[in-house]
Amino acid sequence: MSTQAEITTLDRVRDLIVKYGFIVVTVALFIFFAVTEPAFATSASVLSMLKYASVTAILGLGVTFSMVVGGLDLSIGSTAGLSVQLAAMTMVFYNLTGTTAVSVVLIGGVIVGVMNAVLIVVFKIPDLLATLGMMFVIQGVKLIPVFGQSVSSGMVLPDGSTAPGKFDDWFLQIDRGTLFGIPYPVIIMMVLVVASWFVLSRTSWGRKLYAIGANPEAARLAGVKVKLHHGLAYVVSAVFASIGGIILVSRIGQGDVSAGSSSLLEAVAVALVGTSVLGIGKPNAWGTLLGALLISIVLTGMTMMGTQYYHQDTAKGLVLIVALLLSYTVSRHKNRYVPAT
Amino acid sequence: MTTTTDENWALELDSITIAFGANQVLKGVDLKLRPGSVTALLGANGAGKSTLIKVLSGVYSAQGGTVRVDGDEVEIESPSDASKHGIQTVHQRIDDSIVPGLTVAENLVFEEIARGEFPAVSSLRRLMPRARTIASTLDLDWDDSILKQDVFHLGIADCQLLLLARALVHRPKVLVLDEPTSTLSASEAERLFALVEQLRDAGVAILYVSHRLSEIRQLADTVVVLRDGKVVDEQAAPFDLGVAIGAMLGREALEEESALQVQRGEGTALSISGARILDDSALVDMDFRYGEVTAIIGLIGAGKTELAQAVFGANRLEAGTFTLDGKPFAPRHPSTAVDAGVFLVPEDRAHEAMFPGWSITRTLTVPFLSRFARLGVMAGGAERAASATAIEDFGVVATGPNQPVDALSGGNQQKVVVARWMAAGPRVLILDEPFRGVDIGARTELSLKARSQAADGACVVVMLSDVDELRQVADRVIVLVEGEVRLDAYADEIDDDQIITSMSEVA
Repeated sequence: MSTQAEITTLDRVRDLIVKYGFIVVTVALFIFFAVTEPAFATSASVLSMLKYASVTAILGLGVTFSMVVGGLDLSIGSTAGLSVQLAAMTMVFYNLTGTTAVSVVLIGGVIVGVMNAVLIVVFKIPDLLATLGMMFVIQGVKLIPVFGQSVSSGMVLPDGSTAPGKFDDWFLQIDRGTLFGIPYPVIIMMVLVVASWFVLSRTSWGRKLYAIGANPEAARLAGVKVKLHHGLAYVVSAVFASIGGIILVSRIGQGDVSAGSSSLLEAVAVALVGTSVLGIGKPNAWGTLLGALLISIVLTGMTMMGTQYYHQDTAKGLVLIVALLLSYTVSRHKNRYVPAT
Repeated sequence: MTTTTDENWALELDSITIAFGANQVLKGVDLKLRPGSVTALLGANGAGKSTLIKVLSGVYSAQGGTVRVDGDEVEIESPSDASKHGIQTVHQRIDDSIVPGLTVAENLVFEEIARGEFPAVSSLRRLMPRARTIASTLDLDWDDSILKQDVFHLGIADCQLLLLARALVHRPKVLVLDEPTSTLSASEAERLFALVEQLRDAGVAILYVSHRLSEIRQLADTVVVLRDGKVVDEQAAPFDLGVAIGAMLGREALEEESALQVQRGEGTALSISGARILDDSALVDMDFRYGEVTAIIGLIGAGKTELAQAVFGANRLEAGTFTLDGKPFAPRHPSTAVDAGVFLVPEDRAHEAMFPGWSITRTLTVPFLSRFARLGVMAGGAERAASATAIEDFGVVATGPNQPVDALSGGNQQKVVVARWMAAGPRVLILDEPFRGVDIGARTELSLKARSQAADGACVVVMLSDVDELRQVADRVIVLVEGEVRLDAYADEIDDDQIITSMSEVA
């Protein structure tokens, strides 16, 4: 008996679908919307789609890092929400600068990442469950210092006084500003995509992360410090969530208590969609970007065609399921992402 | 084809074959079981015993050959087929068959529950009569309070009895017991032996798999030895167990032995002192020298893997200290060992050395990424070049450095995971069962590589359970029995009989 099964025409067609299916669908949808809605393909609309995609893509990159080591960071959305509150508090309650706010948020992200890492690698709680627990804790804890209210400039505090600070103009420019006509969030997104791609696929550290995701025991017996790197992936994930949170709070201009909570599912979805791009079967940075763009195209197109907002979740869910069908059902590759529980 | 044989066999296997991918595990097994007799099945790790049992119990279906029960040819495609034809198996790992969290009674009638013979929502009381019946087949005097307990409260021995009762209630013609005593104490085992004898007298054909020679002597009417997917020895009582063990460990093929020129190394590389390898074993000391291949040979459970993993920093021994080149060496993580030039090729290739879907190049370089990176950035060219060299040097049959390791044959997979460490220039290289699932050609090449590595000055330690393999590779032999050293000599000072005798001596 030969191990190499014969490759039939059907198999070839399957491989083509798995490899290029998602790119073709994304381009086809773009053309479809561009033809049916004249406003869709204008540069303003394209930039706004990219801008919409930026937060999702950045959080998705964080999820991608956690998926590369075989886990899944469910606390990503609430960490972004925490960042929104931290930034607003720093500027509005304590009257500090936007730069300070950014530093506080990033430090907060590192702390969350380290806590996730400790729960997972030191206390050996499965990734999914540890980050699920952290998700609730963060959602609750972030409300305590703000008395459960959204933080905005000039708000009245419980003791009757008025909050001393306001959102820094510089800080508000993070979302609104442009460089050569390209919005900063889009530039930040592209920088992070390229950096993540480079780290994951061109450095020895990235190789170690993939090794841990593929077979942690084999990685350990090859001398890889599995616990250290597994934990660091969660720190990266939380820092990406914080960066996404900074853009988000700069966009809404207040410390909205519910900000970030809907980002989790989108971020996880785009990272999962990313695994099916080019038939790679593994979490990867460019795939995650494409997933974010695809969702952004679908939502923008639907909005322009006058579809009601409440159809959006259905559309996102269908995109995710099609992606999962491609990587788990149609693909003949066996080295696909399976989250450890 | 229905042939009637001159004798009544409860079970006849005729040239059973099965292969997993390119790996032919059973190469035509013939086996006949008489009703009312106990047949002991012996075989080293990887001989195909568990596969054969899984064929009998319907977990795997045979790809070639025929199975006859009471002279009639039968097809066993599933566990329920096996049960239908009167073949029952009590598997070695009881936790695979016992459902924790359910009561003893529910576990007793679990097969009926699984088949849906009880309503989905059923009170414990309705199960009790059936549970009592099953328990009584073994004369287990378990009263209702025991039956209503969580199965967790039963000891291992009682769980084993529970499973046996579950098997016996079907009144099997053939009963397969896979290492039933491996987790039992001596008195519990005696109770089991009494039962086995009772069943034999009742006319059941019993296939008894065990490594324990004393049990085989006590219980078996026939001994069958499996090696490399074939039956290599068959004896009726009284047995010459020395011959059986010899056949099991493979000492027929002695021709190649002459080719090996025994080297005596110089200078202690690794020294182990006061090591407690297994839970209750005595403290042992060992020295491994540069320039020779030391084989540590022992049966399953002798402590070879425990020792290998401890030296590599992958686990800890209860007691013991190591020195490397005379300096204290206490690796707390494999990374420390790798940095010190102490490498391990682990026993279980697929689970401990390979990454699903990874190319040959990536699999080769994982432990030494820093050698192929500048400031943390991988230098693809250097990596590919190293991979091409390794493929060439080790004669890996592959389409190229980018081929996934999973797609290679067992022998070529093993060459890749061995090459990974050998190409990096080890001081001490430990190979744990490197020839398992490896064809004879690859085995010869890997042996030569190990020998030339030692000739170049490395300290090579090979963990084995097969005397043939030992003769092909080793300069020095250490026999390990239950965590203790029974023999330590150069290969040209001892013959196979001495090795086999000391391996099969029970304390």
